[in-house]
Parts: sequence; C-alpha cells; structure tokens
Amino acid sequence: MIRTAWLVAAKDLRIEMRSRVLLWQVVSFGVIALLLCGLALGPAHAGNSSAGPGLYYLVILLVTLLMINRSQGVERRPGTRSSIATLGLDPAGLFLGKSLALAIELWVTGLVLLAGAVLVLHTALHGAIVALPSILVTLAALSAAGTLYGALTAGGEASATLLPVLALPAFAPLLIAGERSFHDALHGGALLGWWVIVVVALVAYVAMGILLYGVLEET
Amino acid sequence: MIKDLSQRLLGPVTLVLLALTIWLGLWVTPPDVVQGNLVRLVYVHPSVAWVALYVSFGTATVASALYLWRRTRSMVMDRVAHCAMEVAVVFIALTLVTGSIWGRPTWGVWWAWDARLTTTAILGVLALGYLALRRANDDPLLRARRAAVYAVLAAINVPIIHFSVDWWKTLHQGATVFTVNGTILIHGIQLWTLLMSFVAFTLLFFWLLRARYRLEERRDAASSTQLAQALVTRQREGAQ
Repeated sequence: MIRTAWLVAAKDLRIEMRSRVLLWQVVSFGVIALLLCGLALGPAHAGNSSAGPGLYYLVILLVTLLMINRSQGVERRPGTRSSIATLGLDPAGLFLGKSLALAIELWVTGLVLLAGAVLVLHTALHGAIVALPSILVTLAALSAAGTLYGALTAGGEASATLLPVLALPAFAPLLIAGERSFHDALHGGALLGWWVIVVVALVAYVAMGILLYGVLEET
Repeated sequence: MIKDLSQRLLGPVTLVLLALTIWLGLWVTPPDVVQGNLVRLVYVHPSVAWVALYVSFGTATVASALYLWRRTRSMVMDRVAHCAMEVAVVFIALTLVTGSIWGRPTWGVWWAWDARLTTTAILGVLALGYLALRRANDDPLLRARRAAVYAVLAAINVPIIHFSVDWWKTLHQGATVFTVNGTILIHGIQLWTLLMSFVAFTLLFFWLLRARYRLEERRDAASSTQLAQALVTRQREGAQ
C-alpha cells in the first residue's frame, strides 16, 4: 500500500512539474482571488486582520476545487482509468498517493497565499507563523476529503459543476476549524480545540478513503 | 399476513397519532409561563428534527453502508437509501422552517449564525448533493456505488449537529429529553405529547418511505419493460 502510494504521488507530482499548471494557473488564480477579496472589502477594511483568516481559507477552498479537478483531470483521457485498473494497484495506496500529491501541491499554494495574506491583507507575520502547523494539517485534511469527492464526481459530464456542490458543504467544518485556529493564533486564543477537530477530520477522511476508495474505482 | 396487516395499518395509525398530537398540543397542554403559546412548537420542531437527522438520514446511511458491504449489496438497499434521502430533504427543510418560525419571536431573527442551525443547513445541502449526484450518473451500478459512498461520508455531519449545542455554546438550547446526564427537562402532559409527536412523525417517515419505495420499484420495473420492448422492436426491425 505504501509503495503504491509513493508511486502514485510521484507520478502525479511529476506530471505537475512538467506541465506547470500549478505554478501558472492555480497559484495565479489564488493570488487574483486574494486581491479580489481585498477589493471587495475596500481599502478601509482590506488591511483589517480580523477578516484575514476567513478570506485566506475561502481562497484556499476555491483553489482546492481547481486542484481536485486537475488531479482527476490527468486521468480523464480515454483509456487511462481502465489502464490503471488493469495494473491491479491497491486502491488504498492509490487514494493515499493521490491525497499525498494533492496535499503537497496545496501546501506549496497555501504557503504562497499565506505570504500574500501577510502582504495584501496585513495579516501579522508572527501570527501566520504560529498558525502554520494548523494550516498544514487543515490542508492535508482538505486533500484527503478532496481526493474522495474528486473520485465521486470523476468521469461524468457534469463533474466540474457537481464537485463544488458535493465538496463545499463537506469542507465547511474544516473551513470553520481552520479559520478559528488561524484567528486564535493571531489573537493569542486557545488553539487546542480547533486542532482536535482538524486532526479528527484528517484521520476520519484518511480512514474512509482507505476503506471506500476501492468501491469508487470498481469497474 | 401480519406484514400485510401492518402495512395496511401504517397509514391510518400515523394519521390518528398525528391528529392526537395536534389535539393535545393545541388544546390540552397549557401555554408556557415565559413563551406563552409559542411553546406549542415543541410538539413539532424537535420531532421533525429527530426524523430528519436520525431516522431518515440514519436509514439512508445504514442502507448505503449495507449496499457497500458486498454480502448485503443489492439494489433494494440502494433504493431504500435513495427514498430515505428524499424524505430526509423534506424533513430537514421542515426542521429549518419550523426552527426559523420559532427563532423570529424568541431570538428576534429568522436566521442566526448558530452552530446547530448552520450545521443542519449544511446537512440539507449535503442531502441535496446526494440527489444531484444520483441524477448525474446514468449507469445504475455506478450511481448506486457513488451515492452510497457519498451518503456514508455525509453522515459525518450528523454527530457534529448532535453535539454542536454542547461544543459551541451558541443560541440554540441544549437537549430537553435526551440529555447527557439522563435528566428529562419536560414533565407531565407536555412530556407525553412530545413523546407522541416523536412516534407520530417517525411513523409518518416510514409511511412516506414505503410509498416512495413502491413508486421507485414501479418506475424501475417500467423502465426495464420499456427497455425490453425497445430491444424486441429493434430485433424485429433488423429481421425485416
């Protein structure tokens, strides 16, 4: 299972390194969305750090949707999925590999956007550094959940529009917990409670993915 | 014979219990000292929420889990899950509407960013997502598999809703009957009317589920017949 996970993650990351979609499209979209958030708030409120964590996570959710579509899209060409199926790979390993690749891509994007939030939304640098571990865990939980929801909508004609409908409500608890822990890191609140929610969600989604991914990949 | 009799009695018994709940709730039970007649919503809102969150969503989740388990996998489970989720959407909507009607005079707003309200609304969107997912897939087996996985994933939200009033101390009141320490906070005729409303709405769910299931069964049978007829017609055309 672990070997399959490494192979799949390396394959997805290699595709990303060669195509540079993450760099030229996804990160750019995230930065534009962050700037639009600032514009929507207006110059008087854009530098208000209390809105920073919420806007940061909102942009992260939008970017995550793009990345899930991208992660499933690399296998959308005719014959790719059936070719993978004939390899007889462990579905749990497939899920872990795709989640790991998505998590690494999200961590890179998340760090760039965090720097953007410090610059554009005037989020305190010290608070952003304190919040970093909770952000990384939240992004890992998002990638595990996202891989599952991506597989649920893969292949259908309406997958691009169906994915947000299915995934965003499920991401909402992670958005709340992530935003609250970021907020507490900025304002010196108790981080532990929100950490617990994020870690439980991460464990739950990974466990569900290991158990259920095989059902979604059945042909 | 017993099964047939219980199916025949389900509808009339449900209607009688609902009528009794209305009579007790509107005329027999006294108004509250603080809330006045507004308290009568307690005989509708908690029982509707009970059916929405635990009975209907629970039925859909259990049926989906049974579909995912290879030994119990059958289209009957898929059909039960689908029908239960449709009824769940209705009951979740009723929960939000009755809660909103109660919230306006007590909290001063139709909607508050309360933990239980928000998580219940999210559950409603998840249930709608389940129906959207089913419509997006034409292949019955693929549709059943994906819908079952989604229902099991969506069920994570149910314990969050249940414990939301304990985890985040927001506007919505805590449990009245099923409290953590087992203390019941409602007594006498009010308690009995409340319990009757729980039974009446639970039976209403099963009545609706049964009707919806029969409709779905007939729809599946009709589409199979139509497919068979279309194949025969094609074969005749080919022979000519």
